[in-house]
This record gives sequence, C-alpha cells and structure tokens, in this order.
Amino acid sequence: MEGSEAIAESMITAGCRFFAGYPMTPFTEVLEHMARRLPEVGGVCMNAESELEAIGMAWGAAATGTPAATGSTGQGLSLMQESLAEITFARLPLVVLNMARAQGDYFQATRGGGHGDYRHVVLAPMDIAEATRLIGLAFDLTFRWRNPVLVFGDYYLAHTAQAIDVGTDASDDRDTSWALDGRSGGSGNAKLISPLGEHKKKSQAGYNLSDHYRATAEATARMVDGIEPLVETGFTDDADVVVVAFGTPAKYVRAAVRALRADGIAAGYVRPITLFPFPSAAVAAACEGARAVAVYENNQGQMIDDVRLAVLGRAPVHFIGGLSLDRSGFGIAPDLDVEVLRARIEEVASR
Amino acid sequence: MTYVPTDEPPAQPAKLVRDFTPDLIDVGTHHLCPGCGEPVAMRAALEAVAELGVVQRTIAVFGIGCYTAFSNNLDVEVLQALHGRAPSLATGVKRAKPDAFVFTVQGDGDMVNEGLQEVIHAAARGENITCLMLNNGVFGETGGHMTATTVLGQRTKNSLEGRDASAHGYPILLANIIAGLDGAGYVARCAVNNAHNVTLAKQMITAAFESQIAGRGFSFVEILTMCPTGWFVDTNEGPDYLADNLASVHRGGVLKDVR
Repeated sequence: MEGSEAIAESMITAGCRFFAGYPMTPFTEVLEHMARRLPEVGGVCMNAESELEAIGMAWGAAATGTPAATGSTGQGLSLMQESLAEITFARLPLVVLNMARAQGDYFQATRGGGHGDYRHVVLAPMDIAEATRLIGLAFDLTFRWRNPVLVFGDYYLAHTAQAIDVGTDASDDRDTSWALDGRSGGSGNAKLISPLGEHKKKSQAGYNLSDHYRATAEATARMVDGIEPLVETGFTDDADVVVVAFGTPAKYVRAAVRALRADGIAAGYVRPITLFPFPSAAVAAACEGARAVAVYENNQGQMIDDVRLAVLGRAPVHFIGGLSLDRSGFGIAPDLDVEVLRARIEEVASR
Repeated sequence: MTYVPTDEPPAQPAKLVRDFTPDLIDVGTHHLCPGCGEPVAMRAALEAVAELGVVQRTIAVFGIGCYTAFSNNLDVEVLQALHGRAPSLATGVKRAKPDAFVFTVQGDGDMVNEGLQEVIHAAARGENITCLMLNNGVFGETGGHMTATTVLGQRTKNSLEGRDASAHGYPILLANIIAGLDGAGYVARCAVNNAHNVTLAKQMITAAFESQIAGRGFSFVEILTMCPTGWFVDTNEGPDYLADNLASVHRGGVLKDVR
C-alpha cells in the first residue's frame, strides 16, 4: 500500500472521523484518500479553503470530542501555527500530519512556530509500517493528554509502498466528558472550551490568563513526565562512534552502520522515534563510552542541538548531514545512499 | 414642582441588574463601557436561543473583541475561537455534530478585517450555521481604530481627520456581499440604537436562527452597535451617531430570505 493511503487507513482504524486539509505536495494524497474514505465510515472530510480554515475546522470538530486530524507540509503548517498554539492552550486533542519536505521542519515541529509556552508531542516514523503504528499511538496520546500530537513524515513516507497491517482498532476508553454537545446549556454550569481559560467566572469579569497559563504549563509538565519517549538503538554497547538520525534517513544510516559492522568497524546507531519529548536518557546511554557521536539530518543541523544537550559534552558531537534535495525541493535526497553515509561515518571514526 | 416622597416606601421596588438579564447570561460584571451596544445584542441573541427551545443543543463560537467578555459568562456551551476564525470552527462543530445549533459572535474587525474569507466561504458552502456580526465600525477593544466597515468621514485613532477614500479606501458592506452568495438562506442588517430597532434586531436574529433550524443553509445578521468610546462621542450621543453615520451607509433591512 502506498504510504499516503496507509496513513489514511490507519487514521480511520485509529478512530479518526474528521479530517480537513488543503492540497500541498507531498501531503496531497493523504487528503485525497481521506476525502474518499471518511464518508464511507460515517466521517467527514473537508476540502478547506486554506490551511487556516483546515486547522479551524479540525479545531471545531475536536471540541466536540470527535477524533480529528489535519495536516500539510511544513509550509502549510506555518500557516496553522497560530491555531496550533491556541488549540494547545484550549487543551484539545488533535493529530497533525507533517508530510515534510526533507527535514528542515524539526525546529518547527519540536519547538513550535506558534506563540506562547506550549509543547506538542512529535512522533517520527521511519517507514510506512511504523507510521501506521504511530498514528494509532498518536490518537491514544492526544486523547490521554488532551494535547496535539504531530506525526512527522516526509516525501518518502507518503510516496513509497510497503506491505502493512493498518493497525488495531481504536481504544474505546477515550475520555470525552469535557467535549461540547450542547447538553450542558441551561444547567447553570454550561461547558466552555477556550484557550483563555476553562472556567466560567460567575460574577467576576474576564478571564484569568495567569491562572490558565500556569494550569496549562502544569498539564504540559505532567504530559512530558508521563510519556516514555520511543527510541531504536543498535550496536551501541561497544561502539566507538554512535550515529543519531530520525525518520527516513535513519533507515539508510542503520544500513550503513550494519555495513561498517560487517567490516569490523565499531559503529552503532540511535534513532529517536519520539522527537518530543526527546529521548535524552536513551541517547545519553547509547553514547556512553563512545569516542564520538555523529548526527545525520537532511537539514543544516537542528536535532543536533537536542543530541548535544543529551550527551552533555561526554563525547564530541559531529554533524555529518546537510541539505540534500533534488530540483523539486520535495526532499528526494541524493545523500541517502549507504556508501555516502558510510564514508561520512568512517571519516568521524578515523578522527 | 413634585417631590419624591421619602416618608413612605417606593411605589415600585428598585430594578436590579438581574431583572434585565436573560437567564442564559450569568449575572456578573463585565468590562464593557457605558453606552456599548454589544450587551443589548447579546441579550437579544440569548433570548432568541431560549425562546426557540434550543438551549440544550446550542454551541456558541466566539471571536475576539470586546464581546469576548461574554464568552465565559453564558449558560450555553461556548467554544472560544481565535480572532477571525470563528466560522471555520463553527463549521467543524456543525459538521461533526449536525444536530447542534451553532452560531458565531464576531465583530467587524474580527469578521471583515481578520477573517473575511472565513465567513465568505462558510456562506458559499451553505454551511448550516448562523453568524452574528456586531458592527460598530471600529476596533473597540484596542481603543477605536479603523476597520474595514468604518464609514467615510468617520474619525478613528488611525484616521484622525476622518476616513478618506483616497487614503483608506471604502467600507465593505458585508451583509450585501453575503446576500449575493447562493449558499446564504437568510441575510439581514439591523441596529440596537433605539427600542424599535432592538425589537427588529431580535426578530431578525430569531428569523436567522429559525432558518438554521429549518436547514436552509447559511444565515447571517449584521447588528450595528454603539461604541461611544471608540467613536469619541459622549455616551448619550451614541445612538444618534450610529443613525447618522453607520446606519446611513450600512443600511438596515432583510436582504435575503429564501423561505
């Protein structure tokens, strides 16, 4: 199954019943599949007039407790950032897809391009099979913590094909008691969902943003503490050089490390699957005893900041990535070649 | 000369704020200025919700402006949106919960400046929601700045000599634009500057809500409201200023009713 279709199918399996989007390569085919498939399962897919409206529609649906998602590529997500920040302050569950071009959106995903002191969980699948599992996890996490979860994919994920299992059915213990359906109207305690505050202030004017932002910050802290970051490691026990990479490139890095091992070179690899919260402890443990750490990313060096914070100076951290694009800019990377990566890792190992 | 007798109880007890407040507005303070028209419009809308018997399926979606003072002060369910974005949120709510009764509350800055394409597209889609626009021709919350509905000649903090078409362009008459879209089932413009007009406003809001309940697509009511603070006039001059300036350009009436 092609990645875009697999992502759409796994969202539906995970319970997603509302999707809104605006076409943009390489995200477009996800929207196409959702537009075709959601009505068949009683859901709604909106072909929004812009990314601004796509995120707004998803926000509205999410407020009713309907499992909802939207997405785009990084450029489209730039337009959505204001709403993404506010949705987080309103404590709503929402799954957001970034079918990114290359990996330049790491900072956008993990730091957020919006305003205020918020965080999003970020999951970065390496391939289609993992993406289908992580999308199920994304819906579970977003409902458990009432906080948006971002799935960070790319052109390869959307446009390659793989035999997959579209995942297990949605868990049925998602709490939606907070959601709007109109029924609390007239009770004297009608529900409010607002990025400015959760409580109605009877006989007191206005919102208390100080209280609300403090409460959302505490909820964020509980979430960060409560999520065990996912990570894959290989050959790190006795590695002289440990390579860190995420997403599609990590698959090539893994192959390069295996090839080096076959030739007797003590290389290892770490692949953060959860980009936020970053698996700092696991990365630090994997790099324990290594002479050097290398970071491959298809960008100018963004995740390397998190790797350096995890390693905390115990080993030198070298950047072996860099922007690698075809003429389209969509992220077809000539550097994703096992021999190219192997040479860069060997160069670090020989220092 | 007559004197109020002070040696006996008053013929009528004093009226309290509670006596003027519909059940769906929690009694309390708000930060809106004396002479503001927005509480009158809110009252009309919430009385209509109660009278139509849709209280327990209402979800109101609020924009950002002075009227946001009411978004945590109502006894109907409220979803607070960003500035300009209420129609897309209302769309998501309505599509996810088709049985819900959904209306937005936005101002002219919110709806016509920041979020114009949202309301246009919601109307064009025939989205079965109601959008209420409280139009006072200024950004009241920031202290009286020019919006897209400010009329020619109107003084604002960033058009001190009055809005000049050669420098600032012309006001957008939004209800007229919405009425031209096939997806709109009911479109009207009214004002709350005197008792007669408040009665008309309540009738139009009710008709718009009934249009949604009947499933006739997008419904829209533009309500001209007083903003003496943002117009830099005395509080008691607000109603006449509205009639002489805003209402002579944004003209009242039912612009469309497809019944």
